[in-house]
Amino acid sequence: MSEPLTHDQVQHVAKLSRLRLSADEIAQYADQLSAVLGYMDKLNELDVTGVEPMAHPLDVTNVLREDEPVDGLPVDAVLDNAPARDDPFFRVPKVIGDGSGA
Amino acid sequence: MTELRDAIASRQASATDGVRTYLDRIEAQNDTINAYHEVYADRSLERAKRVDDGQLTGPLAGVPIAIKDVLCTDWGKTTCGSRMLGEYRSPFTATAVARLESAGAIILGKTNMDEFAMGSSCEHGAWGAVRNPWSHDHVPGGSSGGSAAAMSADLCAAAIGSDTGGSIRQPAAFCGVVGLKPSYGRISRWGLVAYASSLDQIGPFTRDVADAALLLQVMAGRDERDSTCASADVPDYVAALDEPVNDLRIGVAKQYLSDSNDPAVAKAVDGAIEAYRAAGASIVEVDLPHTEYGVPTYYLVATAEASSNLARYDGVHYGHRAADPDDLIDLYSKSRAEGFGDEVKRRIMLGTYALSTGYYDAYYLKALKVRRLIRRDFDEAFKQCDVILCPTTPTPAFRIGEKSDDPLTMYMADVYTVNANLAGIPGVSLPGGFTDTGLPVGVQLLGPVFEEAKLLRIARVFERATGYHQQKPNRD
Repeated sequence: MSEPLTHDQVQHVAKLSRLRLSADEIAQYADQLSAVLGYMDKLNELDVTGVEPMAHPLDVTNVLREDEPVDGLPVDAVLDNAPARDDPFFRVPKVIGDGSGA
Repeated sequence: MTELRDAIASRQASATDGVRTYLDRIEAQNDTINAYHEVYADRSLERAKRVDDGQLTGPLAGVPIAIKDVLCTDWGKTTCGSRMLGEYRSPFTATAVARLESAGAIILGKTNMDEFAMGSSCEHGAWGAVRNPWSHDHVPGGSSGGSAAAMSADLCAAAIGSDTGGSIRQPAAFCGVVGLKPSYGRISRWGLVAYASSLDQIGPFTRDVADAALLLQVMAGRDERDSTCASADVPDYVAALDEPVNDLRIGVAKQYLSDSNDPAVAKAVDGAIEAYRAAGASIVEVDLPHTEYGVPTYYLVATAEASSNLARYDGVHYGHRAADPDDLIDLYSKSRAEGFGDEVKRRIMLGTYALSTGYYDAYYLKALKVRRLIRRDFDEAFKQCDVILCPTTPTPAFRIGEKSDDPLTMYMADVYTVNANLAGIPGVSLPGGFTDTGLPVGVQLLGPVFEEAKLLRIARVFERATGYHQQKPNRD
């Protein structure tokens, strides 16, 4: 059986997920994710030795089209949705910080 | 739907009047039902005029259709029921929607949904709960609940949804309409905002099976823009409905006939078995031993894919951006915390955990192996039968608020729908009767991959034998 998630583990997953969570949310997700993961342990009833993983329902690989150039989306149309723009670029805050944001 | 189309084509009715009728009904009922988030009245009337002027033709000319707010259009907003995309205007149109419009359809508006298609009740969208037209205290199901409710309440002639773990079939069952999830890869996903890319599939909500066949016909087929869209030929689904049904073998699996099913659900399935027997079919017992592992497998695969797909919402390229971030990482984390709702965060966290170092093998990889076992169950079963008959859901629609505090209970209710997505096979939910209190109950048929023609033909046998699909909720 899986151990219940600690608040530190949930905080770590939130950081990996790029989600800033409140202490209340951390506590709530610790309980709920532990319950869901406990239920996932049901899969351990099955012996899957030698079973090929199935990542996708279709057996298709390397679907290619003719290598002919086509126009992409117009830059202006794409930037219309940007929260902040500095044509022809997306504008972001300074990238170099202490990195502890999440 | 086809009656309206034929009346328009023969000039017995005008497309403009048709659109106005639906717009009036939406005006009268949408404040209560909340099926639509956005209605395109002017654009719909302009297109209707072009149909009436003979400039816009095709197999769906003048047919007013609602689409789930997860399908991109280069007009209006595409919000996915999320504050994250509350003001998002797509620069392109989904292939499925473009094909509907090329066939002459009129897109009336976009329907409410659980945020990013994550949910089974339509209580989780940013724009409020959707109500079941049969009982306003009850959920319409989800995540395509707005489309199902719009179809059920006659607020469109047909509706489009998406189904990742049952999000077309479950709301179709709750709202008493036909809901088809085609095989994975049958309809292009280009322009369908991704939840779980190896499971997502677009499909129609309709009053009857023939309408579903026609909409599938229009939307299906290869698309250069989606490499996971199958190149398999698209048969004439409409013509195939009239082919003879001989030596029909209906599979029934004990794993789907649990004692914990609601009595009305059990009765509907028994009724369907009797209807097929009366139509000359033989009932074959099949074994789907891994059925009960579907929900845990689904919630690992789907959330893992979601955690990756939803990484794109970063507050930089489009969507919500938080104010005054400390740095770039803080911009991401605050924007996502503010833009996403509770269920979406929960699934991103679950998927991230399942993919993280130390847990990947135990959770994600294990789930992919069990997924293979579930697919093999179906491959074996379809050697013995043409389609599998089962409930769509264990219960009819539940009350608004009844389950929303308990994620695990909500997930378990997907037990009869998720396996079709994991295996990639088609499934259709059909109106199968009613509870004592008048709520609709669905029955489901599952078919072999890319055998939609057969699936729909067999579905119509049931529809014609019972007539449940002709019943509509009272409009008061």
